[in-house]
Amino acid sequence: MTAGDIEDLLRRLAPQVLAALVRRYGDFEAAEDAVQEALLVAAQQWPERGLPERPDGWLITVASRKLTDQFRSEQASRRREERMAAQDVAVGPAVGEDDTLTLLLLCCHPSLTPPSQIALTLRAVGGLTTVEIAKAFLVPESTMAQRISRAKQRIKGAEFQSRPSAERMRAVLHVLYLIFNEGYTASSGPDLHRAELTGEAIRLTRTVHALLPDDGEVTGLLALMLLIEARRAARTRPDGSLVPLAEQDRTLWRRESIAEGIALISETLPKARLGPYQLQAAIAAVHAEAVRAADTDWLQILGLYRLLEDFDPSPMVTLNEAVAVAMVHGPVAALAALKPLEEQLAEHHRLHAVRAHLLEMAGDHEAAVTGYRKAARLTMSVPEQQYLNACATRLTDTS
Amino acid sequence: MKYLIMIYSNPDTWEHPIYLRDPKFLALPEAERERLTKQGDDLFAELAESGEFVEGVALADPVHTRTARPRDGVPAITDGPYLESKEQLAGYFVVDCETPERAAEIASRFPDARLGAVEVRPIMDMSGQEM
Repeated sequence: MTAGDIEDLLRRLAPQVLAALVRRYGDFEAAEDAVQEALLVAAQQWPERGLPERPDGWLITVASRKLTDQFRSEQASRRREERMAAQDVAVGPAVGEDDTLTLLLLCCHPSLTPPSQIALTLRAVGGLTTVEIAKAFLVPESTMAQRISRAKQRIKGAEFQSRPSAERMRAVLHVLYLIFNEGYTASSGPDLHRAELTGEAIRLTRTVHALLPDDGEVTGLLALMLLIEARRAARTRPDGSLVPLAEQDRTLWRRESIAEGIALISETLPKARLGPYQLQAAIAAVHAEAVRAADTDWLQILGLYRLLEDFDPSPMVTLNEAVAVAMVHGPVAALAALKPLEEQLAEHHRLHAVRAHLLEMAGDHEAAVTGYRKAARLTMSVPEQQYLNACATRLTDTS
Repeated sequence: MKYLIMIYSNPDTWEHPIYLRDPKFLALPEAERERLTKQGDDLFAELAESGEFVEGVALADPVHTRTARPRDGVPAITDGPYLESKEQLAGYFVVDCETPERAAEIASRFPDARLGAVEVRPIMDMSGQEM
């Protein structure tokens, strides 16, 4: 085993060891310090002496010893002793296979804000360093360290769930999706650290999928990530400008990711309980199956969006659905479908971008230019702004 | 989303924290001055503790400001600020928070907001969603 292999192994085992310790001793912060120390010892010893027979058991034993050493040295404090006594009674069952999931559920605790859930998940389950997470989110290390430490404080003593409720499971999937999305929008230059987040999100979702293979939404989310990630090379030009789906060079799409995504969603759709991630994955699969943009089965996509709207109604779903309506029934019908959103999304660039696109399809170039310009003013993203202004310029030049 | 919070002030003497030198602040009753000072301290502690604080910068006295306006290849650097105004940019903060409402709330709690003005603007993202 090379040092690199050992490092991979340690990274995979770390969340399980941490989960076992948190379950046993309750103190997240102290448990994490102890695990870090145990990992350090392993990284020094294993390459020389070889792997122990049960690496996970070895790590748990060493980390537990570090933790009890630490508690003992602090025994001057009576309060601590009393707490230890209380925790002795609350010793949980032995380490199970699904400890990574338990830890994930803890990191996505409802008392935490999404940024804290994301940071803690990447730290405790993903095994990323605080510096790596800070770089990915473009904030100073001290800011990220503060977010993580506050999150740990908040969940101190939180109930350790090993049987996830549907609601907590949704929170976990949402956090994984947010991590993925954060990385997916970034693709080049100084954003490279962020781009690595997609790989991390896929890796974590794969782990959850392996633990809960029959959960349709977990499978759906994994399929969705793979199908979207497959388009990465085609979605931006080398200068960083955005390429819309219809104009992407589909030969750049990663076939193996698409094949895996389609296989996952095809297998799960007929048997699992339907949900929004599966529907979004199904939509991404229909796009992926079209060799050329013109071959897209929009009727099927429209049907899927209608189902998605039943499951998980949101203005963004209605917006995307409007594009499908335009492709099936024409832009006039689609513009009518946007009407109910106009008040709610008046200051959102997406509404104006979609509306401008539909107006352009309908041949009303003047209104389309106004719409693109408005969308460009409202967006908070530099490449989106460049794209939307370019759409307006293109229409001004040709009309 | 990250936001730039700009603090504009017109102090008697330039010294940070700048609001302490603002004549309007000095004219307040003592209890009110204490309340405002505490409001500022609490805000900074809260931003650090919540993980929203990204950066904070105190700017030097405006007498050090130089404005560059080269035209037609002629370098033109003048002393003094670009904008003629009593209120000067005294410093700025960058915060990372969840909603524009939260960013505006943070801005309004700077003591300087009571005295001069505090402006808050979103910082654009260098990446974008698929269109």
